[in-house]
Amino acid sequence: MSKLFEYQGKKLLEAGGFKIPRSMIIKSISDAEEVFEEIGSGVLKAQVFTTGRAALGLVKFPETLKDLHTYIGEMLSQSIKGYKIETLLFEEKLDIKQEYFAGIILSTGKSSPTLVFSSKGGSGIEEIVSKYPESVFFLDINPDKIPLPFELIPLLKDTGISGRILNLLSSSLISLIKTAIKNEAKSLEINPLVLTKEGKIIAADCHMTVDDYAVFRHPEFGIEIARELGHPPTELEKIAWAVEKDDYRGTFYFIQMEQNFKKGDGVLGFHGAGGGGSMMSMDALQTYGYKVANFCDTSGNPPASKIYRAAKIILSQKNIDGYFGSGSGVASQEQFHSARGIVKALREVDPDFSVVFRLGGNSEDKAIRILEDYTKDLNCSVKCFGKDTSVTECAGEMDRMMKEGREERGEDITNPEPHKFDYSFYTVTGGTVSFDYSLCKTCLSKVCIKECQGGILKEVNGVPVLNITKTEATSGKCTECLACEVECLAIGNGGGKIFLPIEGLEGGVS
Amino acid sequence: MSILPGKSGKVIIQGITGREGRARTKLMVDIGTNVVAGVTPGQGGSRGVWGVPVYDTVNEAVEIHGNIDITVVFVPAPLVKNAVIESFASGVKLAVIVPDRVPVYDVMAIARAAGEYGARFTGPNTLGVLSPGIGVLGMIGGNADSVRKWFKPGPVGITSRSGGLTTSTAYYLSQAGIGQSTIVHVGGDSIIGLPHPEVVKLFQDDPETKLIVLLGEIGGSQEEDVAELMSTGKVTKPVVAYVGGRGAKEGTQFSHAGAIIEGSRGTYQGKVDSLRDAGAIVVDDISSIPAEVKKILDKLGIPYVRD
Repeated sequence: MSKLFEYQGKKLLEAGGFKIPRSMIIKSISDAEEVFEEIGSGVLKAQVFTTGRAALGLVKFPETLKDLHTYIGEMLSQSIKGYKIETLLFEEKLDIKQEYFAGIILSTGKSSPTLVFSSKGGSGIEEIVSKYPESVFFLDINPDKIPLPFELIPLLKDTGISGRILNLLSSSLISLIKTAIKNEAKSLEINPLVLTKEGKIIAADCHMTVDDYAVFRHPEFGIEIARELGHPPTELEKIAWAVEKDDYRGTFYFIQMEQNFKKGDGVLGFHGAGGGGSMMSMDALQTYGYKVANFCDTSGNPPASKIYRAAKIILSQKNIDGYFGSGSGVASQEQFHSARGIVKALREVDPDFSVVFRLGGNSEDKAIRILEDYTKDLNCSVKCFGKDTSVTECAGEMDRMMKEGREERGEDITNPEPHKFDYSFYTVTGGTVSFDYSLCKTCLSKVCIKECQGGILKEVNGVPVLNITKTEATSGKCTECLACEVECLAIGNGGGKIFLPIEGLEGGVS
Repeated sequence: MSILPGKSGKVIIQGITGREGRARTKLMVDIGTNVVAGVTPGQGGSRGVWGVPVYDTVNEAVEIHGNIDITVVFVPAPLVKNAVIESFASGVKLAVIVPDRVPVYDVMAIARAAGEYGARFTGPNTLGVLSPGIGVLGMIGGNADSVRKWFKPGPVGITSRSGGLTTSTAYYLSQAGIGQSTIVHVGGDSIIGLPHPEVVKLFQDDPETKLIVLLGEIGGSQEEDVAELMSTGKVTKPVVAYVGGRGAKEGTQFSHAGAIIEGSRGTYQGKVDSLRDAGAIVVDDISSIPAEVKKILDKLGIPYVRD
């Protein structure tokens, strides 16, 4: 669920015909004069995703321009739950006669949103329902058949509302329903909904969350990462989202869980596969006393290139003490693609710690062979298991390897770097596949052609070339299976090389 | 399927010509699911996929093949609502909705249409349903060889919110010599067609299922609702359960839209406690499931496998 700020929610309410207070947005101290001239004395509210702002000093009532200056300065210099406060909302003061609660919620197991109203506003809805059940009504709404105001009047009367307010409230609630449906809100809560002394119904606050899966239909929300992270997106999460955003082949989730830890704290880079399997694997690490630096899930049959980028992002986290990966254990997808992606990342980063993966499921024998055999010359110790080893056993092996300390390996590995590229083409995610024909010519295996997932390479005069056009390769016929680099390094002559950019990662991420 | 329509049920694949549609059609055809037709608007009459003819509309498939019982849906998420409601309007009674990221208002519209047409659906975001020895709806197992190796017919019904855990738990049971009646991945989203309580009720009524394995996770109230069914005597078959997400922090969502803790709702401890209070055996690790299942089957004298 992506959250919207109060001011964003209120704008959407206003567009739906709801009354909101006269207001202006403040981004810096220099906005103060203009705003004060327009609104006069009013209420200043920090735009943050937290309730109970007043107690945190994030709601203030400046009477003078000088007060306003002071409060703006104070609020804009604070952070709440890791979010730097960047936006303030300044509104006219309302002469409140009565406070109500109104909201739309979605519940599991229901096929329609529910309208909730209480004639007692102010506190949280759970409290209102338990203390004043007679003040509340719930109504399931069919979005294909939005109720008319008259249908709400008896329900409002049952909560103790009477008189002319019935008309105002019933039409306001209809606006609320329409706003929630139009914007595909998972929740939309107005608390308090205010009756002013002048007799107007106004939304004094607004909490709105929208459906992550529908954000693509609502570019107007300006949501950067359509995922619930529980904190503002970190630089690395933004980099990860850029990898995922337009590549619909499989899923890549990445959330940073720990930052500012030291080497030796037992914080591991984590690479899960599948939501349930990933959660189970994190739980297994926890039983051995390890923390995960990040949550990651690559699943839904992603290409090797996506696994590679995920692995590079995980390995870029400073001070991790190891790299652990596991899914549910019996994946329906072909696991060797994952193995190739991880191998490419490990060969490029060559960390000095232990790596344990559980790549159980289809083609697991091949996956285990690729991951273990193709990393034997690296500094890191790599172990890979299949479906018959439980995740707890894998976590135990990780623990054993970390306690044992790694064996000293030989000198730095040498990746045979091709000297020049005789033939290249681009891939669908902006990568480049290149061949150094001086190496390819003497390669007997031609493993690049044999292992190519899309079958797009053929041998001409002893070297690999595309059997389709370069444009076709770039449009997705090259599936970025990474065989022509990873298999080539292990079995071939090292003439194939794939460069896969990760926007933002090169250039130093701390 | 044993708890959902059986071997004779006619199945169509919507989105049969796409990347996933093609791959999973092969699995279903190879394993013997009764796939009679595929539907991709604009590709009707084109060369069949693995021998399955392709039509532009579900109605055209019905005209040629007679009434269709089940659709398995592989169209992109934004088009799912249209495809599923089309199938209901053409008389299909069960939709297996595989795609991930279907907007929740679309799912609610599908649910309303299902009510209107007297149909049901599993998912979205499901690997599907599998009955060993009978067939697969969806993509559990990936290919027919694996399905035959990994799953055996028997007395255990599995219902899971995680696709991966569905497959692994069934596999570990098979390795321990214990077969499954039907395995159902209910889907990882917050609003789904057949949540745990609904599937558990189907298992309760299914003569082949003698024991239920419930694979839950944090968030929502599906596990608590199953506990309620048990406490009120609506479900009397033994239940062995696992709840994922013990280490999750409040407010963080781990891939599954349904797996998010908000306030006191849907916590790990709350789910474990209510299941235990209702008489379920709750394990900490899915690898202990086969041993717990064996104990119960032994006590009740139920054979591990079915011929």
